Amino acid sequence: MRNILIVASALALMTTACARKTPPPEGLPPASEQQTEVPPGVDPADVELTELPAMQADLVAKAGSDTVYFGTDEYSLDAASQATLAAQARWMLANPRVRASIEGHADERGTREYNMALGERRANATRDFLVSQGVPTTRLLVTSWGKERPVAAGSDETAWAQNRRAVTVVVR
Amino acid sequence: MIRKLALFGAALALATVAYSQEQEEPPEVVGGSVRSAQTIAVPAMPSTGGAPPLGRQIAEVVASDLRSTGAFTPLGPTGMPSYSVGEAGAPAYSEWRNTGAGALVSGYVEPRGGGRLTVACLLHDVTAGRQLASQGFVVAEGDWRRAAHKCADLVYARLTGEQPFLDTRIVYVAETGPKTNRVKRIALMDSDGSNLRYLTPGRATVTMPRFSPRGDRLVYTGTLARKPRVFVLDVASGRERLLVPGGAVTFAPRFSPDGRNIVFSWARDGNTDIYVVDADGGVPRRLTTAPGADTSPSYSPDGRRIVFESERSGTQQLYVMDSGGGGQRRISFGGGRFASPVWSPRGDLIAFTRIAGSFNIGVMSASGGGTRILTDGWQDEGPSWAPNGQFVLFHRTQRGSGNASLHAVPVNGGTIRRIPTPQGGSDPSWSPLNS
Repeated sequence: MRNILIVASALALMTTACARKTPPPEGLPPASEQQTEVPPGVDPADVELTELPAMQADLVAKAGSDTVYFGTDEYSLDAASQATLAAQARWMLANPRVRASIEGHADERGTREYNMALGERRANATRDFLVSQGVPTTRLLVTSWGKERPVAAGSDETAWAQNRRAVTVVVR
Repeated sequence: MIRKLALFGAALALATVAYSQEQEEPPEVVGGSVRSAQTIAVPAMPSTGGAPPLGRQIAEVVASDLRSTGAFTPLGPTGMPSYSVGEAGAPAYSEWRNTGAGALVSGYVEPRGGGRLTVACLLHDVTAGRQLASQGFVVAEGDWRRAAHKCADLVYARLTGEQPFLDTRIVYVAETGPKTNRVKRIALMDSDGSNLRYLTPGRATVTMPRFSPRGDRLVYTGTLARKPRVFVLDVASGRERLLVPGGAVTFAPRFSPDGRNIVFSWARDGNTDIYVVDADGGVPRRLTTAPGADTSPSYSPDGRRIVFESERSGTQQLYVMDSGGGGQRRISFGGGRFASPVWSPRGDLIAFTRIAGSFNIGVMSASGGGTRILTDGWQDEGPSWAPNGQFVLFHRTQRGSGNASLHAVPVNGGTIRRIPTPQGGSDPSWSPLNS
């Protein structure tokens, strides 16, 4: 998927602002080199983001991990998480053309709505630490998946610990 | 999907014996108390004038609807005697007494022209030997189920004294695929599980669909630019609109009772608060400012108050505030945490999820107190009221698989009933009575 712009079907349905997929002309540079176009009348923050798998793999290789973990119903970052995030921040500063979506998740032992709030709190704490390491706020987006996207399927402490996380997703 | 259904009386002339003065009488208790299931005969209806033979299927839906209320033990249509169109209004009561039924639902199907049908529905007290109610429903031939639901509502309302609720729809999140890669689509079906259709394609994560007070729109939490975002969806046209543009992380939306406003949660800078915005757009107004998560707002039926959950005390608890945000006060004080409150359409009760190890659905009075826990699953959450305030719909998640299913529990006690869905289902919302 190297579309310049992917707009959600929801957005396409909702707006008269000519939001649609634009196929990339041949010969364009990789997605990471492209500029995102925003349809007229649409807030730039409401345009779909493009994941960059090769850049993501590079972040994981250089920073050690794209994920930090949290205690039950907590959002504080322990020393290991801070070390991971410091390395992520160095990678972000070395790759100034990309942004990151900081995505908070919760384990299944909370109600749907509360976990949305908890995930945002975790993502926000993660974002704040990256900012403290020099990453410009404008390059960091904060979001929450609540308990909607577990990576571990079990209903036990091992699985829950893996699901209480914040993931740095490299995007354009 | 606007299905017109005309109420029709004139065609019932031949079938009616003095029903007009019966219409306003107080609720009848036939064959026992309202609390114990009433035995009611629901034989196949005859057809007349060349109408298609739908009478057995209609009776099956009526019987199924009545059984689902928990207030009736229907007999038939299988095994019940047949009768003529003429006998629909003048049944041989002594013969129906022999079936063991205390009440009888009779009727007939008659062509109306233009591909439409009249379904006549008559309710009789077999023990006393008199007719209690009758009504005719005109529907397109393909909408015969609609007439059956209306007939069941007529019987339910007349015999229990409660408001009808069977001619309704349920919107929910259909779930397929494994727990770590679940596909979620908004699904809409009739309250008995028929006429299922999907309103979103499943590419984006969707949660928490809720009906507008007139049932013509939905508000739900979708995904845009990897963020949870509130969308307003017009059911008939499928058109939808982002509620708050600008990348705001928003979720847990609900309409106000007049349909003009939408109250929702907005998470930013690590804090989630409750906001309200015009349903057609505009600038959101902030209603809460407490640090920590304030979420799950739900209006009182008069629109003057909002119940919500907040962890301002340290754990999730229920609070009530004026619809403008003033007078915030806690109403839950029992053991455990309390979440996802929703105000009864009658105004008297608030349903909620209690977290005390497992998640359970319960109700308390709107002023707090009188807490009753109604369910005992591992994870029961997402309560939603039937429009008559007699049942709470919720979803139950299985430990391990994370598979979810829809259930309804009578608020005054009784058996939990599973609502059939072809795949997993969560976040149900009950529509108002269809218009």
